[in-house]
Amino acid sequence: MRAWKKTVIALLALAGGVAIVLPVAAQQAGTQFMGVLGYRVGPYGANGAAFFTGFLDYLALVNEREGGINGVKISWEECETEYNNAKGVECYERLKTRNETGPTAIHPMSTGITYGLIDKAPADKIPLITLGYGRTDATDGRVFPWVFPILSNYWDAATGIVKFIGDREGGGDKLKGKKIVLLYHDSAYGKEPHPVLEAEAAKLGFELKLIPVPHPGNEQQSQWLQIRQYKPDWVILWGWGVMSATALSTAQKVGFPRDKMVGNWWAGSEIDTEAAGPASEGYYAASLNLAGKDFGVVKDVEKFVYAKGKGGDPKLVGTVLWNRGLAAAMYTVEAVRTAQGKFGKKPMTGEQTRWGIENLNVDQKRLDQLGFATMVPPLKLSCLDHGGSGLVRFQKWEGGKWKPASDWMSGDKVMVRKMVEESAAKYATEKGITAGCMKG
Amino acid sequence: MSFFFEVLIGGLLAGVMYSLVALGFVLIYKASGVFNFAQGAMVFFAALTFVGLQEKFGLPFWGAFVLALAAMVVLGILTERIVLRPLVNQPQITLFMATIGLAFFIEGLAQLIWGTNVRRLDLGIKDEPIPFLLERFDMALSGFDLIAAVVAGVLVTVLAVFFQVTRVGRALRAVADDHQAALAVGIPLKQIWAIVWSVAGFVALIAGLMWGARNGVQFALTFVALKALPVLIIGGFESVTGAIVGGLIIGASEKLAEIYGVPFLEWLVRMLFNISLTLGGIELWFAYVMALLFLLIRPEGLFGEKRIDRV
Repeated sequence: MRAWKKTVIALLALAGGVAIVLPVAAQQAGTQFMGVLGYRVGPYGANGAAFFTGFLDYLALVNEREGGINGVKISWEECETEYNNAKGVECYERLKTRNETGPTAIHPMSTGITYGLIDKAPADKIPLITLGYGRTDATDGRVFPWVFPILSNYWDAATGIVKFIGDREGGGDKLKGKKIVLLYHDSAYGKEPHPVLEAEAAKLGFELKLIPVPHPGNEQQSQWLQIRQYKPDWVILWGWGVMSATALSTAQKVGFPRDKMVGNWWAGSEIDTEAAGPASEGYYAASLNLAGKDFGVVKDVEKFVYAKGKGGDPKLVGTVLWNRGLAAAMYTVEAVRTAQGKFGKKPMTGEQTRWGIENLNVDQKRLDQLGFATMVPPLKLSCLDHGGSGLVRFQKWEGGKWKPASDWMSGDKVMVRKMVEESAAKYATEKGITAGCMKG
Repeated sequence: MSFFFEVLIGGLLAGVMYSLVALGFVLIYKASGVFNFAQGAMVFFAALTFVGLQEKFGLPFWGAFVLALAAMVVLGILTERIVLRPLVNQPQITLFMATIGLAFFIEGLAQLIWGTNVRRLDLGIKDEPIPFLLERFDMALSGFDLIAAVVAGVLVTVLAVFFQVTRVGRALRAVADDHQAALAVGIPLKQIWAIVWSVAGFVALIAGLMWGARNGVQFALTFVALKALPVLIIGGFESVTGAIVGGLIIGASEKLAEIYGVPFLEWLVRMLFNISLTLGGIELWFAYVMALLFLLIRPEGLFGEKRIDRV
């Protein structure tokens, strides 16, 4: 190809790129810009699409219903990570300099991407909100001032599941001598509950067997044959994406009862159970939020967003992950609102938003005002506690629907807190961090 | 002992599911000497089109099947026209690279048309242990797997007859041997390629339906191609029979390795280094280690043709 042809093509490509970026930049000026690390394609695309559609639908609701956060319109840009760590970091780098205030707060929606950003966030002064995932010991805000594993962390989930199983067996003391398998996604996410489950096994006297499933987990014959041979009393499913549906269908294939399986909150959406069909009947899963449309906020989204043709996907409305996305956006918006209370009604920077998150207090009264009622538990954060509630609720898949199987409950909060502080202190020593609360 | 046989037979049946995917690779390779990187994407596209048609237009099974098959034929013809025809007589690596691009295009196209939602696919076949085997021999073997084995058997028979007996089949083999020589004797290369890509589309549809019925139709279907690779290396890239035998070998050996090999490895690590490790999940790479060993011993695979080139 001649040099001039190459030059013309390169210039055209450059012009195209500029044409795409310019309107975005224009739209962002003077708004509360949110950088969104989403994923809607790839092996985990269905899960990501449900969560991020809910997330963006809520932001659209705040703009449509209230004209933004205290009058400050929200703008956003979504970058596709494909649940890939390298792409996640690349998206973060791309979004961190957008707009004069940066991306406000980042929801990596992946434990692996969270790990990749933990060292970058303090340097860039961008808070990470990891709702129900990520690094568990980041709950200790004295060591991780920029990371917020809000609502509940993986250790809350694991101890909550053990408590739930104990309740089914007639009390925690009845777990002595029982066999429990942890069937987990062989990744940072899947390995996160190991220490706390091992501690629970030692404390309560049950036998724990760890069985990894390689990514993406669409073939689990060997793992389930091991389970059949081991004959456990319960199986805890720590899956994501196709792994969860495959676990349910393979459990059926080897004849393991589904009502002796408890998933964590990332293995408990309609995406998992509907794909596995009748194999899901009777399966339990932990949840951070309730599914369904019977909430004021969902009705508002339908009225102010979908009725105006501005919604993402009506089929996702009211599903577990869509509602979770809604809640994640609500906590972020409330954090910005909290920050505005101190710094003024204008777009907040990452640093100001960090203060807002750390001082966030969404009590039941506020939840009722926002139309969330019982969908999520109240949340109050502090420097010492970047997690908040530590609560989990269980649901059961029956007749093609998730039905509540417990009230909000917590696992072993004392043990979790002790382990969080030990692990965070170890991290602080390794990284040379002086633990302490940030001012301002 | 019954557990050992359960692992073995279960592994063999799982291997048949891998073979279903491997057959598509074999078809393209036989006709063009190209390793079609897009086969996994074709499996995904076929299954997604099938359930998408059922969901969107309420079509019955056969209606959706025929239309999905038609879509695969159109895809095959377009692939020949747009991707392969301009690359006739180009080096094999060029064609291979083209199929990589094709894979990403098909994955994107499928999600663009039908969305990324996971969809249930019900073929009406129960994926549960057969009660007789469970009660009599304490073996949990699924009826679904047995039906998959029958489907694979029928496919292999049909394809074997197609390649050996029909004019088109013989032409396909001639094209695979030498594009230029086939053209010289009047074989219509373009038509042959369109036919073989369409047949590969049919095989992809069958594989997509079987895999999709088990785990739901979702993007992860594209990864089943990873399971087919070691099968092809062991069975041979141009052998339909090899795809089946390779599948059986991989299926059985990876399951036996996972169940019996992992405890041994964990014990060995404990003895040698005094470390307690949870290994597990070795089956994915074990299949590739097996394939590597076969490459060292018999590079053309068990049923592959030994190529002798004049120099």
